[in-house]
Amino acid sequence: MNGDPGKMSCVDFQAQLPDLIASGEDAAAHPHVRACARCSALLADLRTIAEAARQLFPSVEPPDEVWEHIESAIKREK
Amino acid sequence: MAEAPTPAQASHRTRTDGGEETAQVAATGKSGALPAAAAPNAADAGVLVRAQAGDHQAFAELYNLHKRRIYSLCLRMVGNVAEAEDLTQEAFLQLHRKIATFRGDSAFSTWLHRLTINVVLMQLRRKGLSLISLDEAMEPNPEEGPGRSFGAPDLTLTGAIDRLALERAIADLPAGYRLIFILHDVEGFEHNEIATMLDCSIGNSKSQLHKARLRLRDALRAQNRQEARP
Repeated sequence: MNGDPGKMSCVDFQAQLPDLIASGEDAAAHPHVRACARCSALLADLRTIAEAARQLFPSVEPPDEVWEHIESAIKREK
Repeated sequence: MAEAPTPAQASHRTRTDGGEETAQVAATGKSGALPAAAAPNAADAGVLVRAQAGDHQAFAELYNLHKRRIYSLCLRMVGNVAEAEDLTQEAFLQLHRKIATFRGDSAFSTWLHRLTINVVLMQLRRKGLSLISLDEAMEPNPEEGPGRSFGAPDLTLTGAIDRLALERAIADLPAGYRLIFILHDVEGFEHNEIATMLDCSIGNSKSQLHKARLRLRDALRAQNRQEARP
């Protein structure tokens, strides 16, 4: 155990961060974050990046020629 | 001999908006549910079984069901339309060759993504464009990892991410980081699925995603700093 999580160092907190985020726990509610402006800003940035990523890269259809090439290649391989 | 159907003729269930898929995936949260695109239903399972038995029309339906996600993944990874088309073609040709070997150990969509990822990574390695290979991303050199945030509070990004800047930063990520970031944050796959696709542990997937986000943060903050200079 690391003792009081509110007194955890930034190094220790950031080492735990991947698992904390991936576990679905609210990392922002961690006692260290509530007491640390630096790690609080870090979390906010990472959340912003993840949210912005969802708005990126609308998925697109391949042109019809792709299927035509696939069909031709399949016929050649038979 | 009858002409083989076009994918459009073969299937009436083509998803028309991949964004909907992503939204549905996000809605599954952490419940462990499969993403919408991977959720099997009886009709899809029937198509798969027929395609495995060599039914060309069923293969065309499978193409229709998955082409958007596979092409989009290729495009996001290589950032070039012509190359993404070639990779999509190669992925589905490999699918055609290997489909009989699919045994259902994972969702078909996960299996197909894994196959596609291998095609994409082979291409990246051939071109030597990847600064860090996937293997290296899984066991990164500490000197190449993103910086931690132990310095003084600096510019924060909140509410100020420029879409183009983020796309540029993602494109500049080493391939391994880019792949995990796209699969999780853009495509909405869960870590257990990514671990299956990349043949790594769930813990590895989690930590690499975190490092990818840290790298993006570093890149975006550097851009912000440059723009803030008089």
